[in-house]
Amino acid sequence: MLSWAIAAVAVLICAALMMNLWRLIIGPSVQDRILALDTMYINSIALIVLYGIHTGTSMYFEAALMIAMLGFVSTSALCKYLLRGDIIE
Amino acid sequence: MASWVEIIVACFLLLGGIFMFVGSLGLVRLPDLYTRLHGPTKATTLGIAGILLASSIMFSIKNGGLSVHEWLITLFLLITAPVTANMLAKTALHHDVKMLSRSRGHELMEPARHRYGPEGASENTKSGTESNNSKLP
Repeated sequence: MLSWAIAAVAVLICAALMMNLWRLIIGPSVQDRILALDTMYINSIALIVLYGIHTGTSMYFEAALMIAMLGFVSTSALCKYLLRGDIIE
Repeated sequence: MASWVEIIVACFLLLGGIFMFVGSLGLVRLPDLYTRLHGPTKATTLGIAGILLASSIMFSIKNGGLSVHEWLITLFLLITAPVTANMLAKTALHHDVKMLSRSRGHELMEPARHRYGPEGASENTKSGTESNNSKLP
C-alpha cells in the first residue's frame, strides 16, 4: 500500500517538475522563469521528503529545510535585483 | 507498522501529490503571469503541507514521540510563499508585464507602477502619488 503510494506520488512530482522545466524554458517574461524556479525548489523538497519516507530515515529533513531557506532567499534576491537594479543598497 | 498507519500515510501522500501536480499544471496552462502566480503559491503549498504531514505521522508512530521537523518546513513554506508571490507581482507590475484584457483593475496598474518607479524614482514620486490618490477609490 505505502510503496504503491510512494511510487505514484513520485511519478506525479516528476511530472510536475517536467512541467516546471517547460515553463522555465518557454516562459515569456523573466518573472515567469523566477516563478518556475521557485516551484521547482518546492517540488524538489517534496521529492527529498518522499525519499526519506521511502528509506525510513529522518536524515534528509535538514537538507529539505536548507533547500527551503535557500529557495526563498534566492527568489527574493532575484526579485529585489529586478525591482531596484541592486540587491543590497 | 500497522496497516491503518500505512493507509493514512498513503492517503495524505496521494492528496499532497495530486495538489502539487495541479499547481504545476496551473503554472503551465494558465494564460498570463498574474493568474499563473496562483497555482504554485496556493496549490503547491497545500500539496507540500500534505506530504510533510504524511511524513510527520509516519515518523511519529515509527519512532514513538512527536516528529516536528516537518512542521518547521511547513510553517516556513506557508510564511514565505505569499511573500514570494507578492514580490513577483510587484516586479511584474514595475516591468510592465501585460495582463489579460478581460481581467479587472487595468486602471489601477499605472498608479501602482508609478508609486516606486524602477528608474527615476525621486522625480516620479510626486506625480505618482498624485495620480495614485486621484485614481484609487
